[in-house]
Amino acid sequence: MNILKVDRLRFSYGEVEVLKGIDLSIERNMVLGIIGANGSGKTTFLKNISGYLTPVSGTVSVLGKNIRDYSIKERARYIGYVPQDGVYDFEFTCYDIVMMGRMPYIKRFQSETKQDRDIVKECMKATNTWHFKERSIRHLSGGERQRVYIARALAQRPKILLMDEPVSHLDIRYQIEILSLVRDLASEGLLVIVVLHDINLASEFCDEILIMKEGQMVACGSPAKVLTRDNIMSAFSVDARIIESPVSKKPYVIPYLSIR
Amino acid sequence: MRLKRSAYFVIAFLVFIVVAIFSVSAGAVEMPLRKILDVFTGKGDDPSKTIILTLRLPRAIEAAVVGMGLSVVGAFFQGLLRNPMADPYVLGISSGAALGATIAIVLGFGIFGLNAMAFITSLITVFFVYSISKIGARISMTTMLLAGIAVSAFMSAVISLMMLLNRSELSRIIFWTMGGFNLTSWEDVMFSVPVIAIGSFVLYTFSRDVNAILTGEEVAEHLGVNTELVKKVVLALGSLVTATAVSVGGVIGFVGLIVPHISRLIVGPDNRVLVPFSAIAGATFLLFADVVARVILKPVEVPIGIITAAFGGPFFLYLLIKNRRKGEGM
Repeated sequence: MNILKVDRLRFSYGEVEVLKGIDLSIERNMVLGIIGANGSGKTTFLKNISGYLTPVSGTVSVLGKNIRDYSIKERARYIGYVPQDGVYDFEFTCYDIVMMGRMPYIKRFQSETKQDRDIVKECMKATNTWHFKERSIRHLSGGERQRVYIARALAQRPKILLMDEPVSHLDIRYQIEILSLVRDLASEGLLVIVVLHDINLASEFCDEILIMKEGQMVACGSPAKVLTRDNIMSAFSVDARIIESPVSKKPYVIPYLSIR
Repeated sequence: MRLKRSAYFVIAFLVFIVVAIFSVSAGAVEMPLRKILDVFTGKGDDPSKTIILTLRLPRAIEAAVVGMGLSVVGAFFQGLLRNPMADPYVLGISSGAALGATIAIVLGFGIFGLNAMAFITSLITVFFVYSISKIGARISMTTMLLAGIAVSAFMSAVISLMMLLNRSELSRIIFWTMGGFNLTSWEDVMFSVPVIAIGSFVLYTFSRDVNAILTGEEVAEHLGVNTELVKKVVLALGSLVTATAVSVGGVIGFVGLIVPHISRLIVGPDNRVLVPFSAIAGATFLLFADVVARVILKPVEVPIGIITAAFGGPFFLYLLIKNRRKGEGM
């Protein structure tokens, strides 16, 4: 069965059509990277998959069932969402933040059980955040904070993890650290869909890459297949040389000339 | 950590008890503790019974419950709007109530008509602000804040104009707007206490949801929170509690703003702890303010709004300075 199936998905913000018919079908757990120019609809696509936005037409199905047929709470048991790093001006501890990931399983008048606490501990250990569980989320570095948010999404025990530019604000060390973690998670049985700005990071860490342009899919497939000069040109209006990375033998893109 | 929190609760509750006893005891006629106990065990003399049972007790209960309600709503609105400046009056409830009260005073309504009028106009105002902020199925919190400010400004202008045109009623209008419990009767208590208490409790059951919303509305929805439903319920209940509080106590400023902040500095941002703590702290604070309002210029009563601002402002500033490093956050 398909873990995720997107069928002729269209979405508009008012008059502006942002997604113009996207089809996608994923049968196995992997890391799928989404790349594309600013405004190409990457984030909107993620929010349609998560069920936060309602498509104008077309469907998103998770494990064979239309996402609109799940309740908001059910949705949160299948899909975890890691937002872009933003401003955090509240004093919650990291532990409190990760415990929020158990909300899809806790009824209104219940308090958290030992099982919830165990899962939170396990997710924090997996993301290497357990040792600062009592610290305020505000007093962390960008990389630490991102790991806490990943831990929270994992505590939801999702089948699909959506990440919107999780490494854009991070330095190169944290970028590699986070994306390595993401790849480990996928290999343990999770579909990860991650929006990335850096094409070469996508090439290095993703099993497949989806290239978007103006609300449509330009190409989707393994990095070696889709990271071509033509596709880069089409999606970013930039000319590029594609070489092979001496380290990983993956494609390495060197952009060099803007067409416009 | 846990132990420390419960210790804060025990201390807060003990302070509340002390202030409550003090509130029944202090006033134009001093009531020593022994006389209070006598009245409650049925042994007291008649004047003591009258003073305590028909004057001080309803007043104390009302002040405590109004303080509790305003503080709980303040904590929720600050969380829901993710704005530290938010208070129960942010949606125009206070100006709506004040306008209703002004109209009632000018038209010469009695105390019951005045309270009813204030209650109704405040709810109409909130509903108006709410419908402006509704964009499709979602409510924009930013639009709501701004619409609240705009509506409040307009209503204040109308109130000022009415005051100018009805100078004879000027002092009554001002006194009502600054709030007070000098006219509180058991009838007020019977009507307002259940509404405020039940409303606050139901609000409390949404603490976890508002925690999530505090970290971002979209994030909350991705954690399984029906954010639009939570917003509607919290706004509706919060408005009901506030309108009830205002209709019996007048527009008492500052309580709903600073009590949640002070509580947040003490017990942290988790609404499941913050809300009950704010409830106790708010009840204590308003009881205390009511006592001060009664005794500071004895035998003249000072409007309680003056006391809450005069005591709350400097105390809050002190806490802000003391906690400057971590005091910026929610």
